[in-house]
This record gives sequence, C-alpha cells and structure tokens, in this order.
Amino acid sequence: MIKEKKIKVKSSKDILDVALSESHKGKYILRLYITGATVRSVDAIKNIKKICEEYLEGRYELEVIDLYQKPYLAKDEQIIAAPTLIKKLPLPFRRIIGDLSNKEKVLLGLDLREIKKK
Amino acid sequence: MKKVESKLVSTNLLKSPTGIQGFDEITGGGLPMGRPTLVCGSAGCGKTLFGIEFLVRGATQFNEPGVFMSFEETNEEITKNVASLGFDLDYLVKHKKLALDHVHIERSEIEETGEYDLEGLFIRLGYAIDSIGAKRVVLDTIESLFAGLPNQLILRAELRRLFRWLKEKGVTAIITGERGEETLTRQGLEEYVSDCVILLDHRVTEQTSTRRLRVVKYRGSMHGTNEYPFLIDEDGFSVLPVTSLGLNHSVSNDRVSSGITSLDKMFEGKGYYRGSTILISGTAGVGKTSLAAHFSEAACKRGERVLYFCFEESPSQLMRNMLSIGIKLEPWVNKGLLQFQATRPTFYGLEMHLAKTHKLVNDFKPNIVILDPINTFVIGDKEVEVKTMLMRLVDFLKSNQITALFTNLTSGVNELEHTDVSISSLIDTWILLRDIELSGERNRGMYILKSRGMAHSNQIREFNLTNHGVELSNVYVGPSGVLTGSARIAQEAIENAEVLTRKQDIERKKREIERKRKAVEAQIESLQANFESDVSEAVKMINIERDTINQLEQDKIEMAESRKADIIKKKNRNPKK
Repeated sequence: MIKEKKIKVKSSKDILDVALSESHKGKYILRLYITGATVRSVDAIKNIKKICEEYLEGRYELEVIDLYQKPYLAKDEQIIAAPTLIKKLPLPFRRIIGDLSNKEKVLLGLDLREIKKK
Repeated sequence: MKKVESKLVSTNLLKSPTGIQGFDEITGGGLPMGRPTLVCGSAGCGKTLFGIEFLVRGATQFNEPGVFMSFEETNEEITKNVASLGFDLDYLVKHKKLALDHVHIERSEIEETGEYDLEGLFIRLGYAIDSIGAKRVVLDTIESLFAGLPNQLILRAELRRLFRWLKEKGVTAIITGERGEETLTRQGLEEYVSDCVILLDHRVTEQTSTRRLRVVKYRGSMHGTNEYPFLIDEDGFSVLPVTSLGLNHSVSNDRVSSGITSLDKMFEGKGYYRGSTILISGTAGVGKTSLAAHFSEAACKRGERVLYFCFEESPSQLMRNMLSIGIKLEPWVNKGLLQFQATRPTFYGLEMHLAKTHKLVNDFKPNIVILDPINTFVIGDKEVEVKTMLMRLVDFLKSNQITALFTNLTSGVNELEHTDVSISSLIDTWILLRDIELSGERNRGMYILKSRGMAHSNQIREFNLTNHGVELSNVYVGPSGVLTGSARIAQEAIENAEVLTRKQDIERKKREIERKRKAVEAQIESLQANFESDVSEAVKMINIERDTINQLEQDKIEMAESRKADIIKKKNRNPKK
C-alpha cells in the first residue's frame, strides 16, 4: 500500500536549450506529498506527471513523498492538506492542494499559464 | 457538596486535572479525560494561555506530556509570551514533555486544484503526539483554517473527522475558538465539540475590566454554572470559585486584643473574637485608620501576620501618619509580618479585587486582614454588587479563621448607623466613631453598636488621639447632657471642687463631735468625783453611827450584868444586826 516514488526525469536533448530556459525561468523543483495509495494520491501523481511532461519537459525535478513514511516532513514542510504539491523553485513558493485535476488552476499555481500564452 | 461531586465524577467520567487554580474545583476535577473541550472567547481573553497552562501543568504536575498546535503564533512567539509567567517551554520541549507545532497557512501561497483532505494535519498531529507520548493536545485557534482554506465543505467534514480522531486517540484536547456574533464561536465549532464548552469573557464596565469564566456545558458531569472571575498574573491563570461558601465555618473562642487596653475593656476585657469581622464606621477624620493601625501593631507584636489593604493612602503616607500617634509600623513591614497592598479601588473591577484579595490571602496567609476603607468600592450604582462581593470576602476570610477589620466612611450624621454598603448584617462587631460637636468644639466619641457573642459595654467613650496612641475616656453624662472635651474637663473640675468642700465639711463636723465628746467626758468625770466624795462621807457617818450603837449595846450589857438581868435575850438579838 505504501510506496515511495522518486521520479527524476532529466532531459539531455538540447543542453543549450535547457541552459537557456533555466537561466530564463529557472528549473522547476516540485515535491508532491501524498498520504498512501488513496485514489486522490494516485490521481495527483498521474495529473502532475502529465502536466510536467506537457509543459516542463526537461526542466523539472519531481519528488513524490509519502507522508506516512516520513511524518516529520509534514511539520517541516507546513503541510496540512493532502495531496499537496509544493513548488520550491522558481519563486514564488507555492502550495497547490488537491488531486490536481483542475489543470487550469495547477498551471496558474505553477505560473505556467502566461508562458503558454506567450 | 464537594464530596458528592467527586463521588459522581469517579463513577461517571474520568477527568483530567488542569492544575489551573480553582478551575478543577468548579468542574469537579478538570476537563473530561480523553475528550475535546472547546474554550471560546473574544480576543485577548486568555484562551491561548488557558491552553498553554493546561499543557504546562500537565507536563510538570501530572506527568502528562502535551502537544501545542498553534495556528496563529509561532513557536518562538509563544515561548517568549509565556516566559513572563514563569513557563519555560524550551525546557519542556527539550525533555520531551511538550511538542510545539506552528501551522502556518498563507492564503496567497495556496491554490486549490480539486479534491483534498486534511490528512496532512492528522499525520502531523499524530506524529507529534506519538513522538512524546502526549496525553494532552491544544489546538489554538483551529478556526484560522477557515481563513486559509477556501473550501468550507471539505474543511467542516475534516474538522468533524479530526475531533472524532482525537477522541479515538484518547487525548484530552482543548480547542480554542474566537467568539462569534451570535454563536459561541465564529465558525460554529461548538457543533463538533459538544462534550465540554468553556466560555472566557473579558468585560469592561465603568472603565474597569473583569475577566470571567463560565462552564457553558459539561456533558456527564456536575459543574459550577456561575460566572467565575479569573486572574492572569505572574503565576498564570487562576479561577476563583468565590460564591458564598455557606455558613458552616468553625468558630474560635480565642480573643485578640484590639491593641487598645481601654477598648479591650469594653469587650469584656479581652478584645475581639478571632476570626470575626469587625467594622469601624464613622465620619471623616474620626480615627478609623488609627484604630486599624493599633490593631495591626498589636497583632504584629504577638507575632501574627497582617495584610493591610489601603485604598486611599499609600503605605508610606499611612506609616508616617501613624507615627504621629506613636504607632510604628515600619519595623513590622521590614520583618515581613505586615504587608501593605495599596491600590485604587478603581484600578480594577470588583470581582478582580476579590480575586486579587483571595490570591494575596492565599499567598501571604495572614491572621488578620484589614480593608481600609470598603466604601470606596462603591462607585456609581453598585451597592448590591459590593455587598455580594464583601459577603463572599467575609465568608472566605471566616472559613480561613482570619480576623477581618473593615473601615467604612459614612457620609452624614443622619446615616451613621447605616453603612453605605449596608453590610451590617455580615458584621460581628461594629464600632461606631462619631464626632460630638459641643460648645465650639469637635470631639470624638466612640461606642460599640453591636458585638455578637459577648457582653460588651454600652457606654459612649471619648476617643482621644494622643502622641502615644488612642486613649479612651469616659464621657460626662449628667443633667446637662453628654459632655466631651474641655466641657467635660470643666464639668469635672466643678464636680471635683464640690467634692472637696463636702469633704472639708465632713472633716469639720468630725472635729466638732470630738470636741463635744471630750466636754461631756470631762463633766462625767467631775460628777463621778463628787459622787465618790459623797459616798465616802456617808460611809464615815454610817461607821460612826454603828460604833455609837455598839457602844450603847455594850453599855446596856454592862448595865445588865451589874443588875443581874437576863443576858440570853440580848445575845439572840445581836446576830440580827
């Protein structure tokens, strides 16, 4: 029931491109905190993966953490709701709560909407 | 009453003692064990402190570690805030007696993107509880979640789950909530927490504030239903169950001296009863405080402890003034036997005064408490309140066998026997001081209006303040009325003169009698002398006569012998003579 997943996707497609985009918008460091293998947890993982691959391909780092495994992180990371996606970088720091099914809002939270429009 | 309550408690409901002074008494043992309790009240009424003290006392006195989850203040702020009350949270945290967790919710950082729950909070709290084996939990103020999380439906469902979860965990929890407009809490938390609800209140009436506590609801337990005043001071929270304790206090037959020998004489020569309540009332400047000071000094000399509340003078002013009549109070203050408490009655509300008095009495443990004067409490239209307050105070002091002395300033001559706060029925010994205006002078008179349980004097005494204290003298009561002061002295002089002349008269008469007696005696003597000389003369004559008779007889016998006549007849005749 309890799984700990660490997904690190690194692109090696175009190093220059990555370097450029990183210097522009910075690399995305995301943490997804879930509580066991609930429907919401599974949904959240599915949804964030999809969004990341669609919009942040090659410039994101996503870590999925099960709070049941590391309960002390709930205090350290100020988590109350589950699932919670934390955008550590680029700034501003943001928490996105819920199963991430509302794609528009997730994009808003990740500051990706404007980028897309551009 | 208390016994019955605790019996009920033991069979019905386990309680978790808070260690908060007085609170456990009104709830019959504390908060319901293993259940959540809602503590609500408006801003600044002491909710957080109540929670903190519950945890700190639990950790230090009952060996029950606790978790404090704050939704408003940071851990550093809380630690700093309660350090002034002597709570060392850092120490407790270090020794795993306490866990602090600050839940920080920043609305601008949060984006809702679909379904979620508060499992994160549960995990967090559960982790904190398990890490120190906590038995107590405080959530302060969980309503902040409503500001941070927009989805109310989820939040309410999760809160309901949270309280159920807390019950399952078996922790005794306090949930604080801000007072709402019409509901007890702004978000209606009372719906979820229904076992025990405590309302804190901070009210300001006539510019004086009073904190009060009320147990609104306590399922499965008897509890005090009144509003109880409480204090937050350097020792933390203290609730004062100050309702009338009934009239079953034990009494003492001990007597305590009033400090004035002549006044003691008016009370059967022994003074007041220990543990009784004494009221000294009178108009301005009649020496009420002086009597109180005498009483204090005498008590200190006996080695007793005196707590002196002065509401009009500062302690140093009072001591200086008393020095002028020869009462030295300062040494006793330095020795720690006498403690002054000087506050303006307006400084805080009545309940607060009562609460403060309770606390000071409990701390100082005096034998004698003096309130000088009590009528300053009456500001505005609060006579009834003042009376109930004093009644509670008197009950409290009596149950502790403390002799209480109140002074009361009466406003006019007409109302002398009517105390402003009409507490005479509470008073055991009532001394009235009054000024007597006579022939251009104002003198002090004193009498005992009542003194329960003793044959006290019914005399009016004149009350003098001398440089060695208070002196009482008998007033002159004569055909011309009651005289005091110089009039009394003049009258006494007149009387003394009269007595003197009378005495001289008597002396004179005595001397006269003596003289007469002597004259009579002399007369008697001369008469006696005369009589004696007469007697001796008569005896002489009688002897001569007898001799003559004898001679004649002899002659006759000789004659008869010579004629040879009968001699026997004459011999018979002789013895008859």
